[in-house]
Amino acid sequence: MFENTQQFLDMLPIIIIGAGILISTTIEMYSEKSEAVLPWFSVFIFSAAAFYSLVYADKQSIILQNMLSTGGITNIFYFIFNIGAAIVCLLSLDYTKKYGMNYGEYYILIQASVLGMMFMAGAKDLFMIFLGLEIMSVSFYVLAGVNRKKEKAIEGALKYFLLGAFATGFLVYGIALIYGSAQSTSIEVITAGFTSLTGNILFVAGVLLFLIGFSFKIAAFPFHMWVPDVYQGSPTTVSGLFSTAGKAAAFSAIIATLAALFNSSPDNIFSPYLSVLALFSMLFGSIVAIAQSNIKRMLAYSSISHAGYMLIGLAAGSFDGTAGVIFYLTVYTFMNLAAFGIVALIEGENETNLELDSYSGLGNRNPVLAALLSICMFSLAGIPPMAGFFGKYYVFIAAIKSDLIWLAIVGIFSSVISVYFYLRVVVLMYFKDSEFEKVPAKSFSGFLGVTISILLIIALGIFPGSLLDLITSYL
Amino acid sequence: MQIPIEYYLILSAFMFSVGVVGVLTRRNAIVVFMCVELMLNSANLTLITYSSYLGDTVGQLFVFFVMAVAAAEAAVGLAIIIAIFRNKLTINIDEINILKW
Repeated sequence: MFENTQQFLDMLPIIIIGAGILISTTIEMYSEKSEAVLPWFSVFIFSAAAFYSLVYADKQSIILQNMLSTGGITNIFYFIFNIGAAIVCLLSLDYTKKYGMNYGEYYILIQASVLGMMFMAGAKDLFMIFLGLEIMSVSFYVLAGVNRKKEKAIEGALKYFLLGAFATGFLVYGIALIYGSAQSTSIEVITAGFTSLTGNILFVAGVLLFLIGFSFKIAAFPFHMWVPDVYQGSPTTVSGLFSTAGKAAAFSAIIATLAALFNSSPDNIFSPYLSVLALFSMLFGSIVAIAQSNIKRMLAYSSISHAGYMLIGLAAGSFDGTAGVIFYLTVYTFMNLAAFGIVALIEGENETNLELDSYSGLGNRNPVLAALLSICMFSLAGIPPMAGFFGKYYVFIAAIKSDLIWLAIVGIFSSVISVYFYLRVVVLMYFKDSEFEKVPAKSFSGFLGVTISILLIIALGIFPGSLLDLITSYL
Repeated sequence: MQIPIEYYLILSAFMFSVGVVGVLTRRNAIVVFMCVELMLNSANLTLITYSSYLGDTVGQLFVFFVMAVAAAEAAVGLAIIIAIFRNKLTINIDEINILKW
C-alpha cells in the first residue's frame, strides 16, 4: 500500500495534468463561460505541475513496471513543458479573441499535448514514446487548424498532418525492427545489448528509421519542409508552442532513448549521421532565413537552424553534450516563446503586421515591446551576455571535447550568419522611421507571458552555471 | 512446414516501400493518407511476425496500440481534409498552395 502511495506522489505532475484535462472537459460541457475560465485554470494546473516537478526533482525512481522514470532530468523537462504551455495560455487569451477563435477546446488541446510530452520525457519503454508522441502530435494537428475558417491555417494543418503521419509511419516501422532485433521494447534491455546489436543490420536500420521519424518532429534538415508553412499558417501562439515545447519533447524522447546508447558505447556509430544532419540544418536554416520577409517564416527557419545546434550536442555523444542540449532547450524555449509572443502582440487582425517592414519604427511607437524584442533577438543570435550564448557555448565545447572541431567551427560560422537576420529586426525597430502609425492593442496577459519569459532568459544569462550544474548532477 | 521469417519481413518491407512511394507521388490528400496507413500496417505485420517467432506477446500488444492511434489520427485527418474541402473545393495537394511548400 505504501509503495502505491509513493508511486502516486512520484507521478503527481502527470496526474495533475490528466485530471486537469477531465475537469476542463467537464467545465467546457456544462459552463457557459468556459472560455473565460479555462485559460486561467490551465495556467494554474501548468504552474502547479511545473513547481511540483521542480521541487521534487531530486527524488528519482522508475515506476509503473519499468515504463516511466520520474525525477531528475525528466522533471526538468516537465518544468520546461509546463512553464512553456502556461506562457502560451497567457499569450493566447487576447490573441484568440482577435481572431474570433476563442474556444474552450483550444486550452484542453494544449493540456492534452503537454500530457503527451510528459509521457515522452519520462519514457523507459518504446510504448511510452510512441503513445506520448501520438498524443502530442494529434493534439497539434488540431491546434494547427483550430481557426478552421481561415484557408492558410487549415492548409498548414493539412501539411502538418500528412507529413506528421508520414513520420509516424517511419517511427513505428523503426520500433518494429528494433523490437525484432533486440527482442524487447524496454529501453534498458536495448541499451544493455547495444554493443552486440550494432552488428545487426536490422537493428541499425531500425534506429535510423526511428531517428528519421524524430527528425520530422524536431524539424531537422532533410525533413524540415513543413516547418515554415505550418508556423506561418497556424495561429502565432500555437506556432510558439510547436517550436518550443514540441521540439523540446521530441529532443527529450531522443535523449531518453539514445543518450544511454551513445554513452554506453565507446565508438558512437550514429555520430556521423547526426553530425551531417546538424551541419545541414544549421547552414540551411541560417541562410534561407535571410531571404524571408515574413517574421513568422523567419522564426521558422531560425528554429530549423537551432535544431541543428542542438543536434551538435547529441552528435558529441557525451554527458557534456547531453547536458548542453538540455540547457540549450530550456533557454531556447523561453527566448523563442518570448519572440513569438511579441509577434502575437504586434500582429493585427486578419494577419496584418506580420511583415518585417511593419516592425520599422517600433522603438518610437512602443519602446517597451521594442526593448523586449531586442533582448529576444540578441539572445537568439547568441550575443555573449545573453542566455542564448551560453546554450551555444556549452554544445560547441562538448563537440570540441569529442573531437568534432569541424562541426563546432561550422556552428560558429552559422551563428555569425544568423546574427544578420536577427539584428536586422533590431535595426528596423530603432533606425528606420515607421510608415504605419498603428500601436498594437493592449493585452495585459500577453505582456505578462512575454515578461516572464524575458525574466527567465535574463536570469539564465546571469546564472547559467546553476541550471547546468543541476542538469549535470542528474545525468 | 513453417514459412521462414524472411518471407514476412520482405513482404512488410515491400508494403512499407509502396506506402512511402505512394506518399511521395500521389496528389490526392486521401490517397496520401491511405498510403500512410499502408506504412503503419506494414509495421504491424513486422511486429506480429517477430511476436510470433519470438514467442513474446509484447509485439501483438503494440499492434493494438498502433491500430488505436491510427484510428485517432484518421478521425483528425479526415476532419482536416473535410475542412479544407469546404474552403477550397479541392483536396489535390498541388492546388493547396497559398503557402509555398
